[in-house]
Amino acid sequence: MTTRSVRALSGALKPLFSPRSPQGYVVAVCHQTHKSTYTTIAPPARYGGRHTVTLIPGDGIGPELAKHVCELFRFCCVPVDFEVVNVDSTETSEDDINNAIMAIRRNGVALKGNIETNHNLPPSYKSRNSLLRTTLDLYASVMHCQSLPGVRTQHRNIDIITIRENTEGEYSSLEHENVPGVVESLKIITRTKSLRIADYAFRTAREKGRRRVTAVHKANIMKLGDGLFLECCKEVASGYPEITFDSMIVDNTTMQLVSRPQQFDVMVMPNLYGNVVSNVCAGLVGGPGLVPGANYGENYAVFETGTRNTGKSIANRNTANPTAMLLASCLLLDHLKLHGYASMIRKAILSTITDSRLHTADLGGKGSTSEMVQSIMDAIQSTGPRTQRH
Amino acid sequence: MFSVLFLISINKQQNSVGRKKIDFCFIFFSVVTGSWGYIKFERPHQCAIKLVCFPASQIQTVTLIPGDGIGPEISNAVMKIFEAAKAPIRWEERNVTAIRGPGGKWMIPPDAKESMDKNKIGLKGPLKTPIAAGHPSMNLLLRKTFDLYANVRPCVSIEGYQTPYTDVNLVTIRENTEGEYSGIEHVIVDGVVQSIKLITEQASKRIAEYAFEYARNNQRASVTAVHKANIMRMSDGLFLRKCREAAEKYKDVKFTEMYLDTVCLNMVQDPTQFDVLVMPNLYGDILSDLCAGLIGGLGVTPSGNIGANGVAIFESVHGTAPDIAGKDLANPTALLLSAVMMLRHMGLHGHAKKIETACFDTIRDRKVLTKDLGGNSKCSEFTEAICQRMKDMD
Repeated sequence: MTTRSVRALSGALKPLFSPRSPQGYVVAVCHQTHKSTYTTIAPPARYGGRHTVTLIPGDGIGPELAKHVCELFRFCCVPVDFEVVNVDSTETSEDDINNAIMAIRRNGVALKGNIETNHNLPPSYKSRNSLLRTTLDLYASVMHCQSLPGVRTQHRNIDIITIRENTEGEYSSLEHENVPGVVESLKIITRTKSLRIADYAFRTAREKGRRRVTAVHKANIMKLGDGLFLECCKEVASGYPEITFDSMIVDNTTMQLVSRPQQFDVMVMPNLYGNVVSNVCAGLVGGPGLVPGANYGENYAVFETGTRNTGKSIANRNTANPTAMLLASCLLLDHLKLHGYASMIRKAILSTITDSRLHTADLGGKGSTSEMVQSIMDAIQSTGPRTQRH
Repeated sequence: MFSVLFLISINKQQNSVGRKKIDFCFIFFSVVTGSWGYIKFERPHQCAIKLVCFPASQIQTVTLIPGDGIGPEISNAVMKIFEAAKAPIRWEERNVTAIRGPGGKWMIPPDAKESMDKNKIGLKGPLKTPIAAGHPSMNLLLRKTFDLYANVRPCVSIEGYQTPYTDVNLVTIRENTEGEYSGIEHVIVDGVVQSIKLITEQASKRIAEYAFEYARNNQRASVTAVHKANIMRMSDGLFLRKCREAAEKYKDVKFTEMYLDTVCLNMVQDPTQFDVLVMPNLYGDILSDLCAGLIGGLGVTPSGNIGANGVAIFESVHGTAPDIAGKDLANPTALLLSAVMMLRHMGLHGHAKKIETACFDTIRDRKVLTKDLGGNSKCSEFTEAICQRMKDMD
């Protein structure tokens, strides 16, 4: 056995033997073995040939979309069982979210809806979504924005992957009021995390055959913070000579995105700019109802809608667009290496989207969620695989 | 000094929320200064005395900062156009290259500061901003010196310059002094950097009140506060609280709050749903550039910075474009529209309208346009076309 395959094997066996400790865990320098979080780590153990996935319905349109996902999976006979964990956003105690985190540690993967954060509550109540991401160290938030056929937008031929650092930066939740009326909020940028996200970005670009990675920053103003981020990106870029690396200031980036979005390929950035840029990209390809998002960590993966909206105003009206959540479930299936099911469902979703009569309100149509899901199921049935109707 | 006062009108009307409004309008004429104006008293608003003074033949002095790169040529273009429009403006040119003052602190040259303090109004071209060079950004220095707390950028779609977005008509008002751009950063340990975002009650209150005042004075229907208080609970929470308090005082303007990511998402899908946006520094920077991109870029976007003590500096926000500097290829539209904004601020609405109309008509005509607008004329030709149009209007 070569050294490389021994290392790969021990890497695969590590989750079974080593204790899971998200805290106090030093990220190895990127020059070590190329450990891609979603290709070399084996999918979690299967019992009876079926995977168990944590499902957190969340608030707003989350529960109804989660139901549709379960329905679709049952229909397609996908070998996935969902362990549903409800998180009550009105509760001030953190028990619910801790249960959810424990369930994700147990299963390794999760599909989640957005949990609402009431921003009028005091700072001691932390955002549940943020807590989940930082505790599980889901350091990379990946969103693939592609122009979809059948969806009318101002720009065409967009194909951008945004990779956003998910655990530090402006979202550190470290704030204090020194004197009444003067508040400081700390933005933390570290070398290890910046190297880690840059490495993730370049590995992803290489694996997907992408030619260019753009780092988005504001180093002309935040010279030390974003300067460090940029430096780490440049350092990692030197190890990937076949990929072009450039950088762009965030305000220029947003301006370029609305005038010529086709110039971008893969973008990597710290937390807040990632929020802005990924939302702009999602808006450019058709809105929050179309783009799935994935959060990857060293040991866990959580899938959700890309723009993380609760959709409170359209909850329970059967008008939400299920595409984003269903495409997120396809990403989940890909992560579990159930590629056959993933591509089958994805093809059905894309064929449904091209039919503008089924478009929901966010795409300018009058269709309903259930009609869209039904159409997807019909499309799957017509392609022939074994399906199960209730 | 007033010598004669005439009551010219009493208006009784109902405003949009159904409250009765009475305004009294007096016209006055001063023999000594030769200026005339009108005073409008509005009831029942609290601070309702609007005094507008038209200096009859008085020329106002404005500090002009040409800037770097293409700055000098576009400033010349603007001066030429103002001359052709016979605007009562005298320009006082100054340079603002940073110098080290006593105590080692970087500051702008004292003659520039003196000129601005005297004239109160300034027009500025693009200034170089070096990345990691030692001295702070020049724009930052100007802001700190004159306490320019509000950056106002009206983004209106230009007829004749097509973009994928039509009918954009919004204004971004950005807090300009603190927030993420406080410049307070330090390396805690090797490899860990901390940047401080500063939000104070005073600055938030000031910008919120300015936003509502602007909305009222410019007949805008609503103000939206953009924030991320779900994550930055204390800092953006404070900002939001001050906006809510200001909204209480200006009940005639509608107030809404929206998360930054939702604004970005909706802005690129349908920008017509927004009116006036008020936000802290970083979000303002990103959103104002996003909106500029919607109407065609920084080459056609005006911008104004309002400071304490009545100081206002209007500027073009594009870069110095060193690659085309000195080649007569630059587009003076941004600086020109900022100058028009300046004229409106000074009350010279007639001249502002004339210059703006000439500029938009030239662009709509599409015969003489600079390269970035899709034509291949020179800067001087474009300027000449606008001057000619104004002469024809007279």
